[in-house]
Amino acid sequence: MNNLIRATARCLRSGAAVYLPRQTDGRVWSAASARFLCSAADIQKDLGEMVKKDKVVVFMKGTPAQPMCGFSNAVVQILRMHGVDEYAAYNVLEDQDLRQGVKDFSNWPTIPQVYFNGEFVGGCDILLQMHQNGDLVEELQKLGISSALQNAEKESK
Amino acid sequence: MLPSVLRCARPISTSLALSRPLAHFRPHMDPDPSRPVERAIRTKLTDQLKPDHLEVHNESHMHAVPPGSESHFRVLVVSSQFEGLPLIKRHRLVNEALKEELSTCVHALAIQAKTPEQWASNSTIAKSPPCMGGSKGDHTVEEKLKAGRE
Repeated sequence: MNNLIRATARCLRSGAAVYLPRQTDGRVWSAASARFLCSAADIQKDLGEMVKKDKVVVFMKGTPAQPMCGFSNAVVQILRMHGVDEYAAYNVLEDQDLRQGVKDFSNWPTIPQVYFNGEFVGGCDILLQMHQNGDLVEELQKLGISSALQNAEKESK
Repeated sequence: MLPSVLRCARPISTSLALSRPLAHFRPHMDPDPSRPVERAIRTKLTDQLKPDHLEVHNESHMHAVPPGSESHFRVLVVSSQFEGLPLIKRHRLVNEALKEELSTCVHALAIQAKTPEQWASNSTIAKSPPCMGGSKGDHTVEEKLKAGRE
């Protein structure tokens, strides 16, 4: 019961101070604003909605403008190289419930985590390999996103 | 035959001198008793994935954690069990094998999962991106470091 009271108080506090900075690449949502309620079960439900709301969703440490982890930064840089600047980025460092919640939701132990069209793609290693072997250009195309590197690929063939 | 004859004929002091520089050389593949987490990772991956080739690198020194930590690792696993599996499934197999370590003391795990054929055509291990200091002041990492020490 105490946990619930504490969690609710936290939500009300952070809800009152919602600020959604607009970044040049990726929209950054305050983690609290993306959730309506704060219990663990609700986080799972909210995550289900969060990953489907945008074509590309990244759970990371820090923000695209200021990543706080080399692996999270690598994901941001790869997306930038492909010209993907419309994506949702959630900073797990802002919210420990989200940080643990997304690991449970994806059944994946580490951050960053990347979702395409609501489907979990993987972490930094997988995104990097997809970038290197050309799969990322293809997957972005399936999302209706034309990668900046798509033409470069075509020219090299 | 000739080299072994020469070896026997060599004075003992010379042979010791030759071996001394190598005395402290520990190839990174050798299990280190003072690094229990690394040993556990190697054991579990070997038992569960029966790899043709396995590399376990402790990259904690590249991150904002105290010296001697065992919190950040990079593994390269070459196994025929990965054949026909997409990357995500391969990584999930590795995660599953190291479930306990990942929930207690390992904070970061970089994975390369190749089939023997892929390894044969490209025998390189990737490099981790530079640390951006996120582990400093992160109490989740502190808890994991504590768990690793116990």
